[in-house]
Amino acid sequence: MRTFIYKVPSSIREATSEFGQNSDFVAGGTTLIDLMKLEVMTPSQLVDINRLPLRGIEWSSEGLRIGALEKMSDVAECPEVVTNYPVISQALLKSASAQLRNMASMGGNLLQRTRCGYFRDVSTPCNKRQPGSGCPAIDGWNRTHAILGTSSSCVATHPSDLAVALVALDASILLQSGNNGRLVKLDDFYQVPGETPDKENQLKPGELITEIRVPRLPWAQRSAYLKIRDRESYEFALASVALALDVDANNVRDARVAVGGVGTKPWNLPKVQDALIGKPLSQSTFEAAAKLAAEGAKPLRYNAFKVELVQRTIVRALMNLGGLA
Amino acid sequence: MSGHLNDSHSSDSPPDIQPGSSRRHFISRLAAISAGLTVAAPLSRSATTTEGTVLEGESPKQGTEGSLVEISFKVNGHRQKLKMDPRVTLLDTIRDRLDLTGTKKGCDRGACGACTVHINGRRVLSCLTLALMAQGEEITTVEGLAEGDELHPVQAAFISCDGFQCGYCTPGQIMSAVGCINEGHTKSDTEIQEFMSGNLCRCGAYPNIVDAIKMAAAQMKAGG
Repeated sequence: MRTFIYKVPSSIREATSEFGQNSDFVAGGTTLIDLMKLEVMTPSQLVDINRLPLRGIEWSSEGLRIGALEKMSDVAECPEVVTNYPVISQALLKSASAQLRNMASMGGNLLQRTRCGYFRDVSTPCNKRQPGSGCPAIDGWNRTHAILGTSSSCVATHPSDLAVALVALDASILLQSGNNGRLVKLDDFYQVPGETPDKENQLKPGELITEIRVPRLPWAQRSAYLKIRDRESYEFALASVALALDVDANNVRDARVAVGGVGTKPWNLPKVQDALIGKPLSQSTFEAAAKLAAEGAKPLRYNAFKVELVQRTIVRALMNLGGLA
Repeated sequence: MSGHLNDSHSSDSPPDIQPGSSRRHFISRLAAISAGLTVAAPLSRSATTTEGTVLEGESPKQGTEGSLVEISFKVNGHRQKLKMDPRVTLLDTIRDRLDLTGTKKGCDRGACGACTVHINGRRVLSCLTLALMAQGEEITTVEGLAEGDELHPVQAAFISCDGFQCGYCTPGQIMSAVGCINEGHTKSDTEIQEFMSGNLCRCGAYPNIVDAIKMAAAQMKAGG
């Protein structure tokens, strides 16, 4: 690990002013310390934000507000979250391990880096890690890589389960720098790689995620996260779906669908939602809607199975939540 | 009984060790030899790039001490004050500075759970925690579970249920199991498996580990 200077500010303003060139904020450290050991990330200064007043989970008529430093485990088990947004709780509990969930912050979860093996291995080229150096994954071992939102520069998946649930629920994040704050839709926050895979989101240098806001959605009480992976627990998704379903008699009144493990960012599926709304709860409705999820998919040599897998994952989640399974 | 969980020399030592020489001593000699072979390059690099690493509120120190920081926390109830390189993980601090070698280094990348300790009563991975990040906290390692000669119920249950083979993952399994029970995630075998999935056992002692956790959970609930 490279050497670094360590700062422990006690206010957001102080944290922003301490943030210099080649600085990184650290909260739980579960991504950053790992990548610093691998020398994938080599900050010359760490700004420890754990003393900042960014805690609290508040449930009100407007929805849910979560302080960015809340731990994944605490949010997952918060009764208001479990009742009103089961999809958030389930996405969190299906992430990482109990130990990691006790460490990792909610804000940090949204900023975790891809698990692409080439990104994590400094002896290989990677456009995300070293712009312009090339992408060995496109013609290499790409079984876990993305089929949606890819470019000729990068095919790495976004690894967060939480982000998939939050994008489905139309959540926003509050970004703060000094005294200035801005609210950004999480779906807009993430960027597809295009020609600049090193730029993953809208975060500016020195800016912090300070809060997550999930709008009130009463029917999200009927929501779930289904995650398909190589082993049943403690593994990243091959395909996952965050789903909320509003049911009126035997028809779909409204739906929210986003998928993970297949996109270069958490992948919202408005067309799938539209194809469900007003239709009867049936396997054929679900299969027809799920087909639209694979529109524009660009499978690679080893991940072509994800085109079918993501559709089946959506159908199974709909069957479960629609009470047809 | 406690000898099974103890790291010190016992009759299972390799035959090439002289009588009276402990397994730990043997291993530390090996470690010193391999460290001598591999550490030279990183050290020389850090000597040229270190630029006075400081904690907030401290003035920069000069010379060879420039890169050291003061860290203070409690480990198993004892206050520890250390001067160290900020890059050192809590795991390496516990093992190499405090000589508490019950906590194991497996993958050192947050993937295996062997290094699990408790910080303020919550199970975490010490390999992904910088010692600096534990400043002021209360840390419990596997050495801190027993009350004198009386094993913690989870330790006793691991022995009763034969919850290990080689034993390398066992301290992490036990620390994680205590967390799992305290969190209330022992309502079924499936729930135990799910909430213990961060602790890998390459020997495959999983069924007996689940049995041990059920036994200990019942005892702890009964106030045992």
